[in-house]
Amino acid sequence: MEKPIHFARLQQEESQGYDRKTIDYIHTAAQRGLYEIRGLGAKRRVPHFDDLLFLGASLSRYPLEGYREKCATQTLLGTRFAKKPVVLDIPITIAGMSFGALSANVKEALGRAATAAGTSTTTGDGGMTQEERQSSKTLVYQCLPSRYGFNPDDVRRADAIEVVIGQGAKPGGGGMLLGQKVNPRVASMRTLPAGVDQRSASRHPDWTGPDDLAIKIQELREITDWEKPIYVKVGATRTFNDVKLAVHAGADVVVIDGMQGGTAATQTCFIENVGIPTLAAVRQAVDALEDLNMKGTVQLIVSGGIRTGADVAKALALGADAVAIGQGVLMALGCNSDTYFKDGALHSAAADYAALNTSPGFCHHCHTGKCPVGVTTQDAVLEQRLQPEEGSRRVRNYLKTLNMELTTIARACGKQNVHHLEPEDLVALTVEAAAMARIPLAGTSWIPGQQY
Amino acid sequence: MESVTFDLERGSVREVNQYLHGDAAALKGQQITVTSPNGAHNIAVGVDADVTITIDGHAGYYAGGMNKHASIVIKGSAGTGVAENMMSGKVHVKGFASNGAGASAHGGLLVIDGDAGLRCGISLKGGDIVVGGSVGSFSAFMAQAGRMVICGDAGDALGDSLYEAVLYVKGDVKSLGADAQFEAMSDADFTAVASLLDAAGLKHDPRAFKRIASARTLYHWNADADQEY
Repeated sequence: MEKPIHFARLQQEESQGYDRKTIDYIHTAAQRGLYEIRGLGAKRRVPHFDDLLFLGASLSRYPLEGYREKCATQTLLGTRFAKKPVVLDIPITIAGMSFGALSANVKEALGRAATAAGTSTTTGDGGMTQEERQSSKTLVYQCLPSRYGFNPDDVRRADAIEVVIGQGAKPGGGGMLLGQKVNPRVASMRTLPAGVDQRSASRHPDWTGPDDLAIKIQELREITDWEKPIYVKVGATRTFNDVKLAVHAGADVVVIDGMQGGTAATQTCFIENVGIPTLAAVRQAVDALEDLNMKGTVQLIVSGGIRTGADVAKALALGADAVAIGQGVLMALGCNSDTYFKDGALHSAAADYAALNTSPGFCHHCHTGKCPVGVTTQDAVLEQRLQPEEGSRRVRNYLKTLNMELTTIARACGKQNVHHLEPEDLVALTVEAAAMARIPLAGTSWIPGQQY
Repeated sequence: MESVTFDLERGSVREVNQYLHGDAAALKGQQITVTSPNGAHNIAVGVDADVTITIDGHAGYYAGGMNKHASIVIKGSAGTGVAENMMSGKVHVKGFASNGAGASAHGGLLVIDGDAGLRCGISLKGGDIVVGGSVGSFSAFMAQAGRMVICGDAGDALGDSLYEAVLYVKGDVKSLGADAQFEAMSDADFTAVASLLDAAGLKHDPRAFKRIASARTLYHWNADADQEY
């Protein structure tokens, strides 16, 4: 007997809870007995800077001439205790990424680009390479739980020290570098056997809480004769309390990394399900600084999904002093591009993406070390696809573009200094963003959760 | 040989460290004494000179932290993280040491005459540690390189997630951590233990020690997974 026609729709109806993506996940888990590890950041949609808009000047505000009048971008970090605060030309810095996750060429390119753009770059969970120290005018040296390659000579050679408590992609988790990227040089810098799947500790070895951290920070200050700014980097979770504790522990600068922040290798379930969005974290961090009357004394750097000059402007308007960028910088280098640049010409990387079962625009295979464009690799052949000169040129251009966009918006809001951008310049497009950032919903004076 | 004394009842740790960070050639061979330390934190951190430093009493956290070249004696007990991240030289604690003693030390020799607390030798990266007494739980956690000689007992989870560091224990081990295993002592091990005991000034029979090293089963996430993840 023929079935009723309306059954046809049911035959093709996809479940919301068990959609094809979820079914594929369950099938893979059942087949492999192993969770997925990948690179880059959260792919899910979360409330973000996209959900905010600026109120440009009009009759009630007076704009600056976009192409003529000056708009200052100089940024000071570490003014609380350090004898030698970091002075940057722009409030856009390069986030910590390890030699190991990235090739030595890339680390050098980042140093050159940061220097040319008048900003800082940052080491990562693999120590400081000679190349990046030499190429970077201002280099922030990370003190991580693993302490791989950590040594007093590099502490003294650094321009600032960043004590890393966690990162936005995996607050509460340690670093991970799979064996295929642990080549002899990486292994030697980390005192590990080559080829080992390196999983770093998630806790520091010599302190266990904020009171201990205060003494640890004092030790770093003593070692550097109180010259260098000490940053404390925290993955965004209980941000209000964490920022207060970091300030209490003596940080000069607090770095807050939201859940959209990237990673070279982490479990997907971790990337997508742990931490809070950057937008929510900025508000909490600024609240904490204001609560302690430390706004302007302790500087705030925000990272996690900062892509454009508009993102930078929004972070600054919400109260950040500077931003740090990781993934955007990798993409400037060519991450997820369909070509790479070598010997003066562009070459297709399509076959290499295909070998990873992916394609440009979707790739997150940093963890494999088989980066088709030579950015996140230690492979002797692949790493030649990104030369320091070309990489540096691209990143410098990217940073320059962001800074021009930032000042364009600041001028339109009537600001002679990008640090004068303020929450009053913003409105929110969604109720969620309005509630998280405590910014009124566009066209209203309504901030969810606030009484009038 | 020049001797300099700092009294922490009248001066500050900052003054001590600033002096110790002076020109290495000028400091070479000097004998520096720190009196009345009274548990102050961060005494003699970041020294990079061939000097002898005596801390005449108890030290707080991170005494001798990140030491290079100096020979430091603590005539008392030491707080958390004594000789943390030491690169070279020697730190000798005459009393007891708290948690994280010798954490992530890349080189040099840490001697503790008494007992050490939790996580002694955690993340060790090439330094040597000799403990005259016992060590607390989680000691040598993720220790990557270097050697530890424990003349007393060890607590729980000794050598958890060890890499290439080697541990020698004379007394009882409450439990071994993940991937740590007892191994047979070779002639090279007896020689190593004898030499480390000698350097520490401790008298024990090297033949009474057991060797613990990594079984290396955690070196790869999942050997069956073909590294694809």
